[in-house]
Amino acid sequence: MSPKLARPGLRLLNAFAGPHGVDGYLEQLDPLLVTGERRAEVVTVERGTEDSVTLTLRPNRAWQGFRAGQFVQVAVEIDGARHRRCYSPASTEGRRRELEITVKRHPEGLVSNFLADHAEPGMVLGLSPAEGDFQLLRPWPASILLIGGGSGITPLMAILRTLFAEDYDRPVTLLHYAPDPARAIYRAELERLAGQHPGFRLLRSYTRAPGAGELDGHFSPLHLPQSEPCFAEAETFACGPPALLDAVRGTWANGLEQRLHVESFVPPDLAPVGEPGEGTIRFATSGVEVPNSGASLLEQAEDAGVPAAFGCRMGICHTCTRRKLAGTHRNLITGETSSEPDEEIQLCVSAALGDLTLAL
Amino acid sequence: MTATATATATPPSTSPLNSLTPEQIERFGEEMDAIRQRLLADRGEHDAAYIRAVIRAQRGLELGGRALLWAGVFPPAWLAGTAALSLSKILDNMEIGHNVMHGQYDWMNDPQLSGEQFEWDTACPADQWRHSHNYMHHTHTNIVGKDRDIGYGILRMSEEQQWTPYYLGNPLWAALLATFFQYGVALHDLEVERLPSGETDPAEKRELAKGIWEKVRRQTLKDYVLFPALSGPLFAFPMTGNAVANLTRNLWAFTIIFCGHFPEGTHEFSEEETEDETRGQWYHRQVLGSANLSGGPLFHILSGNLSFQIEHHLFPDLPAHRYAEISVEVREACERYGVPYNVGPLHSQFGSVVAKIFRLALPERARPSLPEPARIGSLAKKALLKLKP
Repeated sequence: MSPKLARPGLRLLNAFAGPHGVDGYLEQLDPLLVTGERRAEVVTVERGTEDSVTLTLRPNRAWQGFRAGQFVQVAVEIDGARHRRCYSPASTEGRRRELEITVKRHPEGLVSNFLADHAEPGMVLGLSPAEGDFQLLRPWPASILLIGGGSGITPLMAILRTLFAEDYDRPVTLLHYAPDPARAIYRAELERLAGQHPGFRLLRSYTRAPGAGELDGHFSPLHLPQSEPCFAEAETFACGPPALLDAVRGTWANGLEQRLHVESFVPPDLAPVGEPGEGTIRFATSGVEVPNSGASLLEQAEDAGVPAAFGCRMGICHTCTRRKLAGTHRNLITGETSSEPDEEIQLCVSAALGDLTLAL
Repeated sequence: MTATATATATPPSTSPLNSLTPEQIERFGEEMDAIRQRLLADRGEHDAAYIRAVIRAQRGLELGGRALLWAGVFPPAWLAGTAALSLSKILDNMEIGHNVMHGQYDWMNDPQLSGEQFEWDTACPADQWRHSHNYMHHTHTNIVGKDRDIGYGILRMSEEQQWTPYYLGNPLWAALLATFFQYGVALHDLEVERLPSGETDPAEKRELAKGIWEKVRRQTLKDYVLFPALSGPLFAFPMTGNAVANLTRNLWAFTIIFCGHFPEGTHEFSEEETEDETRGQWYHRQVLGSANLSGGPLFHILSGNLSFQIEHHLFPDLPAHRYAEISVEVREACERYGVPYNVGPLHSQFGSVVAKIFRLALPERARPSLPEPARIGSLAKKALLKLKP
């Protein structure tokens, strides 16, 4: 319940509006009026590159903002069902009624393709509170190095916009990796910022268009600025595909790690799917972890001593339904598998394929 | 019982459970699973749009009803307001609450429609309902001794329930249950009738009672204090309107629900004959223990599609507004396998329920020829003597 509901006025209203609460009625007037759920309306849709879409959102009053670098879970309704995906806002922090996300198409991605094809002004999306330790902390460091690849540019964009909105005038360097100029998200704005701010050095590498940028090829330590200031002195933020981040981590070894912040997203459709007896089951609420035996999640919870409500044990009564936070499960009756994060599943007829995390 | 149980129960040969061979039952079960799979594959946007439209209608009826009752001093406003609020409570409890709490819309991942979180406009706390109904009743449907919906712990609705003189009051208890149905449902999970025998844990029941009290308090405050207070000195009009709306919903819900498992031709089962059931046997029992009501689209919506009780018991977690369409296939399969598919209009199904309530008020040895009035009198006298401390 949001702290707003604790206010006596709203409590009285909720006593009138029980059991559905004020939101149950406000929602009928306008889905953005709800007080207890963070939601946002799509205001503008810009298809900036051929494989990405940039959405400007207007969050409702329940939204409490984010810090540059953090991510939010965005809930999108597709064929009646809500799907949640993590996106890092690219907009300036501190502007409560404005949020920008850029979604890059993944070939298999349900949500990214849906938004790229169907997002339009007026569409209402759900939001989680902003999450993640990948954020620019105040007081701001004396020099900053940003490394971004693909859609990993989005949290770095939020950092850059936030810095320049507050006239940060110390050195900032961005290493930006994209396949070619046409698929470089935020290319035009980055060029403009580089022209306006003398302290901002923009170094681009187009991995499939050698010679088109200031650098060439995938990330290498040779790309790093060695002077004015040296990369080792800068607070570094890196976000991008796993291969890029692995290379970056390898370079920041030997005591430099504390200056390095990394963020990696793997869309659930592309997450590795394990075998029935592989991986680890994590019971997030209880803080218990057990190796996945391949048995139903209900049996595994019971074997691990995690209290789990149950009823029919045959997939009828939904007493054991709990939220799967991450991982792939198979329905033991239908044989269907799903890698959807944040999904209600029936523990008695679900088994994990590889790692799986439950809100239990 | 588990989803993978393979052991076959061997009910006595006279049981309707034996009307098919084990192979037929398994094939019947596979056909039911196939119907379920087809519907799951087709579940989507139109189901979401449907339930949201019903919720929109319910919220509109509720707001409209309460607004009219605020001005209930004018008789047309009182009548229209009471009717709108009655419909709102019926929709909320039956087509929305009951069905959402079965997890029929869990796949939408919408917290407003989550079976785990939904709370409804009636005295029974949603979490207790989920236990007594979704689990106890739907898993153990019509198994005497396990399914407490047989008579709600108050009535004698099956010959298998041992007759005691208390049941002479069967028709009276039924009328009281119907009138105060929301409280009967609320107290259901307390299993008060099992307290004296020590079968239940009093501490656990105290927790349940606290939950019931909390919910009843909030419901009462809303319907009988807060909204009437808005009308100031004219508080009696909304208050009586709210009371009649609650009563209408009680009588309607009782009628529909009692038509689900008690009309003539539905069967009850013993614990022994349903031990170690297979999935096919479970499906078979659900059909044998349930009865449908025929009627038009509006009737089905107002019954929460419990008029398709057979389909609901086969597939309790599929969106209920789809039962009508799959009932064609279910009925066809039942006919092919010779499984009785019990369906009739409300008046005849409810008529047979009422007849059963009266018939089972008396012990079996008094039948088949109806006892003479004198005998009823002496039975009643004996019973009353027994009841005296």
